[in-house]
Order: sequence, then C-alpha cells, then structure tokens
Amino acid sequence: MTVLDTLVSGLSSGAVEIVDLTHTLDPDFPVIVLPPEFGQCARFRMEEVSAYDHRGPAWKWHNISMSEHTGTHFDAPSHWISGKDVALGSVDEIPMQAFVGPAVVIDCSSEALANEDFELTPGVIAAFEAKHGRIPADSWVLMRTDWSKRSGADYLNMRDDGPHSPGPTPEGIRFLVEERDIRGFGTETIGTDAGQGAHYAPPYPAHYYLHGAGKYGLQCLNNLDQLPATGAVLMAAPLKIKNGTGSPLRVLAMVSK
Amino acid sequence: MTQPLQPPPKKNPQKRTQSSTRPPETRSRAALGLSAAAAEGRFALQVCQECFAVQYPPRDVCRACLSPELAWQDQSPSGTLLAETTVRTSTKLYFRDRTPWRMGSVQLDVGPVVLCHVHGDCQSGSKVTLLNRLDAAGQGVLLAVPEERTDHMEDNPQLRALSADPKHRRILVTDLRNPNTPALVKALLDAGAATVFVGESESWRPHDNRRALADLENVETLPLDVTDVASVQKLAGEIGGKTDILINTARFVRPGGVLERGDTAFAREEMETNYLGLMRLAQAFGPGMCARTGDGINSAVAWVNILSVHALSNAPDFGCFTASNAAAYSLSQSLRGEFRGSGLRVMNVFTGPTDDEWHQALPPPKVSAVAMARAVVSGLQQGLEDVWCGDVAKEIRDRWRRDPKVLERELTQGGEGA
Repeated sequence: MTVLDTLVSGLSSGAVEIVDLTHTLDPDFPVIVLPPEFGQCARFRMEEVSAYDHRGPAWKWHNISMSEHTGTHFDAPSHWISGKDVALGSVDEIPMQAFVGPAVVIDCSSEALANEDFELTPGVIAAFEAKHGRIPADSWVLMRTDWSKRSGADYLNMRDDGPHSPGPTPEGIRFLVEERDIRGFGTETIGTDAGQGAHYAPPYPAHYYLHGAGKYGLQCLNNLDQLPATGAVLMAAPLKIKNGTGSPLRVLAMVSK
Repeated sequence: MTQPLQPPPKKNPQKRTQSSTRPPETRSRAALGLSAAAAEGRFALQVCQECFAVQYPPRDVCRACLSPELAWQDQSPSGTLLAETTVRTSTKLYFRDRTPWRMGSVQLDVGPVVLCHVHGDCQSGSKVTLLNRLDAAGQGVLLAVPEERTDHMEDNPQLRALSADPKHRRILVTDLRNPNTPALVKALLDAGAATVFVGESESWRPHDNRRALADLENVETLPLDVTDVASVQKLAGEIGGKTDILINTARFVRPGGVLERGDTAFAREEMETNYLGLMRLAQAFGPGMCARTGDGINSAVAWVNILSVHALSNAPDFGCFTASNAAAYSLSQSLRGEFRGSGLRVMNVFTGPTDDEWHQALPPPKVSAVAMARAVVSGLQQGLEDVWCGDVAKEIRDRWRRDPKVLERELTQGGEGA
C-alpha cells in the first residue's frame, strides 16, 4: 500500500475526516473596514448573467466580484509592505508544497469569550507547548477563538475606537515566526491581527512579521473547534492570480478519527 | 370646504387593484413650454418679444402681431374665476374614474382668459391663483386655487392628483447611512407619511443614524444594499407592493478627479452605488410601483433621485463622483420615459455641495440636511420633476441654461501658470 492508498482508504472508512474551515461567500459577510479615505476591501457580489431564460435558455451562471481579501482568504507575503521584496511572495509564485501541511490549533476560545481583546502572547504559546509539545517548524498555527460563531455586528465588533477582536501581540507573533519558523498563522477573525492591532508597535504585527519573513496568513476561518490541537493537515491553496496578494479559497482540514 | 383626507382603510384582498389610467398626453411642441415650467413649479406663459402680448393657449405665432418670437416667461398667476362647471362624466377613462371634476374659466390679471381645472374651494367671481402642475401624463395643466389658503386644501382630489404628496403614503428611503437621511425621514413623517422604510446596508457596521432613527414611530429599518442585487430584490419582494414613494439617498462620494486618484477603485464604487444602484432599484421596484399608480389614496406616485447639480456640468475637484451623477441623471431620463406610461413620476433633486464630511473642506454655502429634506418634501407636495436645492444648484442651473460651454470653461479653470 502506498501512502496515498492508506489515505484513500482512511477517507472512505471515515478514519480520516474532512473538515471545512471555510465561510460561505455571502454579500453580507463582513470585511475589514478602513478609514473611508483609504481604498476599501470589495465585498463579495454576484450578478446573474442568465438563469435558463431568454438570456441563456439552457444554463444559469453568475458574474462574481470581490477583493483578494474577502471572506475566508489567504494572505501572501506581498500583501504587506514588509514582504514586498520577499522572493516568491505572490499567490501565483508560492511553492505549492506550502498549500498542504500540518496545523496546530491553540485553543483560546474561553479566554476570548471572557475578553474580546484577548492577546496571544509568548506565555500563552508556552502554556500550549507545555501541554501539546513544541510547535513543529513549517506548520500552520491556528488561533481558535470561536469568533466564527459570531455573526453580523458582533463579528466585526466595530466601536467608535475601532474593532475589538482577539489576536497576537508583537512578541507572540515574533516568537512563532522567529523561534518556531512556522509556515503561517490563521485566525477566525477578520484579519490575522487583533481588532486593535493598529495600536501595537509595529502596527498590525502579525501582518508585519509574518509577511516580512515570507510566511502566510489565513483569516475568517470556520469550524476550528472541530480540529485537534495537533495532527490536522490543512489544504489551503489560493487561486493562481498573477501577482495576487491573497485570494479567497476553500480551506479544508484532514483529521484522524 | 375641503374635507380632510382620511387614511385609507386596509386593502380588500378580494378586489382587483385599479389599473392606471392617464389624462391625454399629446401636446404641440409649443405647448411643452408649459410642462417644462410645471416641472419646476413655475407659472409661465408665452410673451411676444416684439409686441409683448401675453399668450394663451400656447401657439407658434403671436395672436396680436403674428411674430414667431414667443418666449416662455414667468407670469403673475393671479386672476378671477369667471365661470365654473362640474364635469360628471367623460369619455376619457382617467376622468371617468374621477368625476365629478370642476372646470372653469379664469381671467388672468396679465390678460388672457384660460380654461382650467378648478379647486373645490374656489367661488365664482373670486380671486384665484393658478397653479401650473404636472398631471399624471407628465404634462403641465392649470388648476385654479383660492387666493388665500383654505383648510386642508391640499386634500382636494383634483389638487392631490397633481401632486405626489407624502401624506398617508408609504415611503422607502434607501440609505440609512446618508448623513441627510434622519432629517429627511423626520420631514416625511411631519408631512404625514404613513410609514417610512429606511434601507440599511451592512448592518454589521454600526452607524449613528441607526440610533437617530431608532425611537421614531412609523419608521422601519430594513436591510438594503443597492450594490447587491440579491438584497435589492429581497426587499422589493417584501415591500415593493406597498412602496408609494421611493427616495434614493444611496450615494458613494469621494473627492478627486481622474489624475488625483490614479486608479478606478473609488470610481467603480461610485458607479456601483450612484448609477448601477439606481438601475438595480428601478429593475426591482419599478414594475411594482408602475402597476400601482391607480391604487387609491396611497397609490404609488413618485421616484426621487438626489443628484449633484454637477451632473449637468462636471466639477473636476469631485470629477469622478460627478461623472457618476451625470450617468445617473441620464438614466433618470430613461426612467422618465419608461415610467411615463404608468404615470409614475421621476423627481430629480439637484443639490450643490452638501454639509457633510466629504464636503468639509469646501467653503459655504452648503446644503444642510434640513434644507435638503424641505426641498424633497415640498417638491413632492408640488409634484415637481426638477428641484434645485440651495443657492449653488440654482446658480449652476442658470449658468448652464445661459451657455453650457461658458459654464464648462469656468468650471475647468486651470491654476495661474508661469
């Protein structure tokens, strides 16, 4: 039996389960909101071209439009100024091996429930490793907050002083990038950074350190509560967009049962 | 005495909705000057430029000296009701549905005797004022009303038929996020609107206007995003059959011309909201409203667009925004043609810079939210097609009419060079 034969038999027997970590692309799904004088993230839109009617009698199809950073999406290094000169930094250039790989899940759900501005610090990571072992190099690190169970205004959680949602501190993300050499960092929130991430030094530290080091981001993930702390394998291949800085995508995880 | 108009009873679901009928539309080209004046609420008659004789009815040559130099000029609308009668039946379907209908002859102070519609409160031999209003066919017609205001006079059926009065009507204001929306909603309620539906896009983003409207009675906030066809269709499915007036306040505005921006991202959003948004609304709400223009006291009656006056001639400091408004203006003219057969009127409110965050850096005069609301409500009450809101809009209109090329040259002035 080859490795793939084993995988296929595991999939058919149910020993390996596929978990969908993706939100539905929906026109009303929140996107990041920037000060209005800046360019904005395009919402997902769908316009009917025909629906088995005079516009096309036997077929139905839509034109769709969105940003590279709408819905559940992948951030490439070229998304951030710190990563603009990273080699193979756009979605069409990233080596495809990066799109399938192991994931660890740091469960911060109870902390995020108590504190919407909960911070992922080196101390939180150390506590995770004390329980689950050292985070392997080249793995995805996913921050579980159960934020995906929120919807509407509670999801963006925008207030007069900006959005409030959990995320990593500069020290937390630096530790993962520099000390653990992770492949990338994923969240259930609207970005890889905390809602108040603009107020750290540097601003938006997850974007700054991840992409500066050629690492990737995943955000607006769903169903992280269905993943084990270690052992899941992520399949997260962005669309092959020429010079793309990111892409909406279907993120699937394989989990041993 | 005019009896105050009572709110209509709930509709009997077993009765067919009355079909729309219209008064005769055909006019000579010369007579369309009356409709053009009515579109703005002006009372104008042709005046001979050689012998200064005032003319009525409209014609191609002067009744006194046969000169073809006849110009439409605003005139005093005062006169005396000479005789009146009541029409009790008619071969015209529109009037058959609406008899009895008062008609009469008025001796105008400026000379001519005109045959006109007569308000129920006018007495024979008394002083009257002539209103030049658009009828359901979109043509200017004359209605004599008492010189002094009478109680509930706007509730007279003949006058109400020449208006798009918000009273007892259900009105959709499409964009809660527009800074002008709260004042507009309050003004509509003050004018007697039965319900104001307010469309809210992206309820996942909080907005102060939501709090401003939360405590108002007869206001319902509903999801609506004019850039999302599914959202527009959904709301039309829910309330399209009871939307009597639609006021499109959805607006995306950013400063800047073509070179200042360097990309098409904001321009695309401007077209998505200001132009395609109007089209999506019209495709979703238009057919239902057109089908209900004969539906009694709270019939569908008007479609309102709020446009930058620079839709007429571009202002390069907001060059891309005003280009999207020019597109919307052009589309509104198509809608006029497409709605005309039903009698649903399209009212365009042209405004100068509005007093909001995007025009903060511009000097006054700017149009306040209250002034805008007043213009919309009074425009509806008068059944206007074109409303010019604020001094800037009126001035641009006048200069545009005087010479569009001169106006364009003035608006496209370069800086003083070396």
